[in-house]
Amino acid sequence: MTTDSAEPKYPEHTYLNDGYSLKSWLLTKDHKRIGILYLISITFFFALGGLFALLIRLELLTPQGDLMQSDTYNKMFTMHGIVMIFFFLVPSIPAVFGNFLVPIMIGARDLAFPRLNLASWYMYMAGAVFALYAIVSGGVDTGWTFYTPYSTAHADSHVISTAVGILIMGFSSIFTGLNFIVTIHRMRAPGMTWFRLPLFIWAHYATSLIMILGTPVLGITIALVGVERALGLGIFDPANGGDPLLFQHLFWFYSHPAVYIMILPAMGVISEVITCFARKVIFGYGFIATSSMLIAILGFFVWGHHMYVSSQSEYAGLIFSALSFLVAIPSAIKVFNWTATLYKGSITFEAPMLYVFGFIGVFTIGGLTGLFLAALGMDRHVHDTYFVVAHFHYIMVGGALMAYLAAMHFWWPKMTGKRYPEGLAMVGAIAVFVGFNMTFFPQFILGYLGMPRHYHEYVPEFQFLHIMSTAGASVLGVGYLIPGVCFLWSLIHGRNAGPNPWEAKGLEWTIPSPPPTHNFEEIPVVTEEPYQYTSEASSVRHS
Amino acid sequence: MQGGLKFFPDQASTMAGPVDAFFFYLVGVSVFFTVLIFTLVAVFAVKYRRRPGNEQGAHIEGSKLLEITWTVIPLGLVAIMFFWGAKLYYDQERAPANALDVLVTGKKWMWKFQHSNGRREINTLHIPARTPIKLTMGSEDVIHNVFVPAFRVKQDVVPGRLTTVWFEATKTGSFHLFCNQYCGKDHSRMVGKVIVMEPNEFQAWLAGDTGLPPVASGELLFNQLACNSCHMGEGMLRGPSLAGLHGSRVALLGGGSVIADDDYIRESIVNPAAKIVDGYQPIMPTFKGLVTEEQLMHLVAYVKSLEAPSGAKAGAAETTSGATLAVDAATTAGQ
Repeated sequence: MTTDSAEPKYPEHTYLNDGYSLKSWLLTKDHKRIGILYLISITFFFALGGLFALLIRLELLTPQGDLMQSDTYNKMFTMHGIVMIFFFLVPSIPAVFGNFLVPIMIGARDLAFPRLNLASWYMYMAGAVFALYAIVSGGVDTGWTFYTPYSTAHADSHVISTAVGILIMGFSSIFTGLNFIVTIHRMRAPGMTWFRLPLFIWAHYATSLIMILGTPVLGITIALVGVERALGLGIFDPANGGDPLLFQHLFWFYSHPAVYIMILPAMGVISEVITCFARKVIFGYGFIATSSMLIAILGFFVWGHHMYVSSQSEYAGLIFSALSFLVAIPSAIKVFNWTATLYKGSITFEAPMLYVFGFIGVFTIGGLTGLFLAALGMDRHVHDTYFVVAHFHYIMVGGALMAYLAAMHFWWPKMTGKRYPEGLAMVGAIAVFVGFNMTFFPQFILGYLGMPRHYHEYVPEFQFLHIMSTAGASVLGVGYLIPGVCFLWSLIHGRNAGPNPWEAKGLEWTIPSPPPTHNFEEIPVVTEEPYQYTSEASSVRHS
Repeated sequence: MQGGLKFFPDQASTMAGPVDAFFFYLVGVSVFFTVLIFTLVAVFAVKYRRRPGNEQGAHIEGSKLLEITWTVIPLGLVAIMFFWGAKLYYDQERAPANALDVLVTGKKWMWKFQHSNGRREINTLHIPARTPIKLTMGSEDVIHNVFVPAFRVKQDVVPGRLTTVWFEATKTGSFHLFCNQYCGKDHSRMVGKVIVMEPNEFQAWLAGDTGLPPVASGELLFNQLACNSCHMGEGMLRGPSLAGLHGSRVALLGGGSVIADDDYIRESIVNPAAKIVDGYQPIMPTFKGLVTEEQLMHLVAYVKSLEAPSGAKAGAAETTSGATLAVDAATTAGQ
């Protein structure tokens, strides 16, 4: 496919050349332009969060604190977490690819509420301004979890401005979720029945549910932290009659489901890409769609597994443990179905597919190590150690970010109309996979050895594994630069992509690349199931 | 026990073996599925790569049999994990009755320990081998966490309540103790050592340099704060008698009841109005701010030491107002 001889023509009218003024971007109601605005914004925050990560890994090269003071280090990991979670991972796939693709994939000309969509980006940016203010004016040191009473009564850093930033950012999440749900319900093209929806859409539907049900609780919690800190009301601080565990319950009620906000859209991406590069219909469509919904629902009932050693009731611990094991099953089902999708495929290995292979590998490890943490008696040892750090980086960096990069490579030609250099991008995918595992696998061992999180200094026997991890991080850092180079190169030198460079199925590939402002000249009529890469004639139906 | 390159933690408590056995089961299951998935992906990727004669995938929409298989088998495996993990947790939560008590106070950024004979230490905890030890822990400021990797135990130390954790060391030596809950600037320096000694050496160590034992300090405080004026004596007291209180069930005003554990006794001192004993008036003032976290533990230790009048013990343990603390009285305290 990369060797097409005749270069396709670049379309005359696209969403990109529909006005070049700043105003045409900042006041746009086009879901695609808003997706691009988000892409630029979150890329900035990814770079910022990555810079913090780099400084953290450098400090941890030696057991002593030598690069920075301990309170500076504490701010580094706090801001790394806050920036990466709230300003990169939560918006990443939904706000960029969801915005860009949800309407197109269901055959609509825009989201249901284009103004609300633009407002969501402004809310994100307003939140970002507060967070950046907090960072520039000295930072915040509470950890991204804002545990009380440290955050409300002891921390001497910019807690309130950060909290306000997250509170405002939360509205962008709620607006986006609301918009997707209404759009998916009301704006599907004729013939686009629920079970003809691409799995990317199912994943975003499930994600949106979490966004609108969970984010308000985060907002309330973070507002209470601000109120307690500013006014001294005794809500969470026992010195004033509050309950610190109440904070943890409220915080994790959002923040555990938030993990699924980050990973469900990633799973949606995997289903789209793997079918295209295996040229096969997805294996177990119904099971994958249902498992997304199950994850969204069950994900709301497992928050207490963050609190096994908090002095929460042990009976509560038992229930949360059982439910946490249950929520693992739908994720396992997805992995099995993706693997089965490869069976008897016709597989090629372009960069998006390499990221998918990487995703399956690291997500499998990340998911399985989650079982250690769901198990009560095991979590007592590994809780809040580097084992946990490794586990959630396998899910969020390995999983969500690799899927994000798969999506970037897969839909980049659609978004820009340009091809990126395939060979270099493949090298990038391999570097990311290798660097990622080198960085985070040693941390599982560190965690079981007993290395606690959030340690600026550590005992010398942990140093070897920290050096391994930092070495891996440098490979990973280079790995992340490669896609950046590819994409910038493609904007200048890239060949025109044509409407469907991957010969993929799905409505987004039936329109020009880049798409025109209103997506479809005529609203399409959908007549077939998704992922029909093979004709029924060659069908080998099991079951 | 320390230093050198290592990839697996010391096993130095009775809990280490069982936790590690469970760990290896979890690792086994994880390795099996990781290898299975990696192998399948690799084999399919090679075998079904696109090449002349294989331009299109086969049309396979799914298989109910496979879906059921790969739902049920993992369900069975995680059910084992759940019960195994729960069993370990149950054991970790229940200290043997004969455990030696040690009081622990966490504050930014140090650990204070006190043995039952009064001997105190900071950031280092001496304990005898082959003896169950129960830590009763309070925090003076933010949430801390006691973590001894070689023992596989960990428990948050939460301000506003008392938490406990127990272990029985099997090896002598020095082992790391880490604060495992982020607590601010010098969190990573809130580390200490657990020194496990032979029991006879420990006894010799313990005998040196003792202070007032917690129960004795508690009694002193109890009298200084005039707790005795309402909670001690004959006949109808303004406050419920505390003899035999610890571990008994207390009926509360307005219905309901509570087991009088350490945390309940502590709460009744700092927040007496939270749970009023049935039959008494909510007249006890709070002692919050008047006693330190450590003194609170001493008071609790003293109240625990008060035994029910002989002969009445079995009965008292189940009576309501007879065996209770909290609430009321002590109006003279501190005034």
